Order: sequence, then C-alpha cells, then structure tokens
Amino acid sequence: MSAKKESLGKTVGIVVAVCLVCSIVVSGAAVGLRSLQQTNAALDKKTNILTAAGLYETGMSNKQIESTYANRVEQRYVDLESGQFTDMPEANYDMYKAAKQPDYSSPVTDSNVGFQRRPDVASVWMVRDDAGDVSRIILPVHGSGLWDLMYGFLAIDNDGQTIRELIYYQQKETPGLGGEVQNPAWQDKWDGKKLYENGEVAIRVKKNANPNNPHSIDALSGATLTSNGVENTIRYWTGEQGFGEFLKQQAWRS
Amino acid sequence: MADTKEMKKALLGPILDNNPIALQVLGICSALAITTKLETALVMSLALTSVVAFSNLFISLIRNQIPSSVRIIIQMTIIASLVIVVDQILKAYSYEISKQLSVFVGLIITNCIVMGRAEAYAMKSPPLMSLMDGIGNGLGYSFILIVIGTIKELFGFGTILGYEILPLVQNGGWYQGNGLLILPFSSFFLIGGMIWFIRTIRPEQVEPKE
Repeated sequence: MSAKKESLGKTVGIVVAVCLVCSIVVSGAAVGLRSLQQTNAALDKKTNILTAAGLYETGMSNKQIESTYANRVEQRYVDLESGQFTDMPEANYDMYKAAKQPDYSSPVTDSNVGFQRRPDVASVWMVRDDAGDVSRIILPVHGSGLWDLMYGFLAIDNDGQTIRELIYYQQKETPGLGGEVQNPAWQDKWDGKKLYENGEVAIRVKKNANPNNPHSIDALSGATLTSNGVENTIRYWTGEQGFGEFLKQQAWRS
Repeated sequence: MADTKEMKKALLGPILDNNPIALQVLGICSALAITTKLETALVMSLALTSVVAFSNLFISLIRNQIPSSVRIIIQMTIIASLVIVVDQILKAYSYEISKQLSVFVGLIITNCIVMGRAEAYAMKSPPLMSLMDGIGNGLGYSFILIVIGTIKELFGFGTILGYEILPLVQNGGWYQGNGLLILPFSSFFLIGGMIWFIRTIRPEQVEPKE
C-alpha cells in the first residue's frame, strides 16, 4: 500500500467517482425499466380486482386477465356525498392523490381510520354477469393497520349489503400475525357477512366471534391492532363518510 | 493470467468443498426465509449469484484504486447499487416473485457472502478469478437453497415448482403435508442435516476437537 494511495484528495476523488458511476447505473435502471414496471403494477391491480370479483382463476395468462377485465369489469366514479355516479373529475384521476388536495377532498371526522382527508370522488368497479347486469360492486378501502396504511378491495353483492370478498393487496403488517389479512382462510370468513343492521353499520371484527353472527368476523389471533384497523377501515368506508350513501342509493340499479 | 485449473477450483470449490453456507455458515438468514417454495429459492439464487459475481468483478477491477480507509464503504456502495438494479429488473420482469421476495432482495446487501467474498477475495485477486469466485460462491449458495427448497416444497406442499407430485389430503389425495416444513425455521434442521451430510463425505471439513 503506497502512501500516495491514501492521500485525502485521492480518497475523496475515488469515493466521488464510485458514487457517480453507481448513481448513474441505478437511475438508468430505474428509468429504463419504469414502463415495464408500471404495466406490471397495472396488471397486478386488475388481477386483484378480478380476485375480489370472484372471476380470477389461478394460472390465468396476462391476456386472459386483460380480456376478462375488459369484458366484465367497469370502472366508475362516485360522488361520496350524494352517492351518485359522476364523471371522472380530471384526466388520470387518482383518488389517493386527490385526498391530499384540499379542493378535491374533505376531512375525516370521528374515525380512527388512520388518515386525515378522504377524496370527494372515489373509484368503484362494477362487475357484470354474463347477462350484463351488475352482480358485484368493488369498493377500494384503506386504513391504518399496525405499521402502515393497508390498501384493499371490498366486494359487495348487488344488494349493497352482503360482503363477498375482502382482498388486501398492499399492507406492511407483521408476517404471520397481521400479515394474515391476506390468508385465504381468513378472507373466506368475510363471505356472506352483512354490513348493515337497521340502516347502521354493524360489522365488527372481534375475538371469538360467533361464525353464525352475520355481522361479526373472528379477529386475527396475535394481531389485535391489525384487526382493529380492519374494523375501522370497513366501518369508515361503508359508513356515511364513505360509500354508505352510495350503497343506500344503489345507483347501479338505475 | 490464471491457469484453468485454478479457475476451476475457484468456480467449483465453493459448491461442496468450501460451501459458503455449509462450511463458512454465511448467509443463513435468507436461506431460512425464502426456501419455502422452490421457485422463490431459484430466483433468490439467481439474484444472489449475479450480485456476488458482479460485485466481485467490479471491486476487483478497481481494487488497486480503492483507498483502504474507505474500502468497506466503497464495497457497500457497489453492492447496494447492484442489488437495486437486480430488484428493479425483478420488478419489471417477474412482478409476482418480486412481491414474494419483497425485502429479501434488498437484504442481499447485508448478505454476508457478498461482503465476505468482496473483502476476502476480490480485494486481492485479479478480475477474472474474482468473477469465477463470485459465481462459484453464488452456486454454492444456490446449491443449498435449491436442495432445501425442493425438500420443503415437496414434503410441505406436495408440489415441485407448483406441479403436484404428492396429492394432498385437502385436495382429495393421500399425502398429509408436513406443516413444520412450511415454516421458515425448519430450514435450520435441513441446513444442519446438510452440513452433517457434507462433512460425512468430506471428513476434512470437520473442525479438530479443542
């Protein structure tokens, strides 16, 4: 090791050079592959929507997913206040981005759902059966779990009352405990549960829930905070600040 | 230029004679976590092998320029960049698997095999030999992962790469899946078993009694 190699100037020079080359490589890869990644992410979202719609079968090719989605699923927008369908507020509207803009959102009140503002206009997905009638409604739901916001889809029958699926597609809960929100066995427990009783949101996630009770779902063991988060999420989004008015008006019938 | 015999040793030695997991006991954490299914094990093997091969190559190329006072940081920078590139490629071409592997690809940065080979070998050896050593160590890691992934998926789920080999009772077959093998920590027993097996056929690996 020569003394020259250790001079301050050279050390700094080498460090800067290495960092420069590495950052060019990393950003090059990120930019070059972005379009492919976005295609994948969009396909993944469609797959999750089809899963919530009950139309997804394992082993479907990308093409089948695209065509099933195109034939059976329609994305619409709902004004949460009036509960009526509305037009897309602006091109490339994203309800999660809109929730951060005061013009497009309203504050959340009286809820532990885990975020401060909700968008005024939300996306919903209408699933049609072979005859073309709406058979299921898929609502986007999100709320905080233990560690971070959990994003999912809630699929409801066309009676606006019966839950079919609750699919979480993005969550950072502890694997094996809160992460079990993605366990198919737990997801199955939601099938057939009823959201409302006498017009009030009645759904509960609680310990040792009676499986025959149409309004309660057994909580995840070892994941009380995640289970509470799921309960808050569903209660908020099906309540009056969320899709409650939309589910009451049943705009998809007209 | 290194002769072929030496290169062969650098390439194939780490598979049985000097296996990074079984003899050096490095990189255990990822070997525990992602071997439940053979497919994830294969992708992880590929990811780690390419990272360790290229990090060895690049570090070896600039080894005479790296000031020893900051060498670890420079190694980390190169390794981290490679890992990010691998992660981006996985997200672009194999989204499903990248979701399953999630944090573990990022954690290749901290995989002791990569750092270990960079510090112990690539800093002192010419580029081609370092590349061979990197691929060899990657293959040694892959060998263990693939064997364990196969055992766990076959006896835990009754499948190999998703194809049904032993029909499970739940699906109307006769095989009762081994629930222990589905859990990550069962790899401890399997890795232990493999170390025992390798040291039985290669008794020179057994450490002398103190």
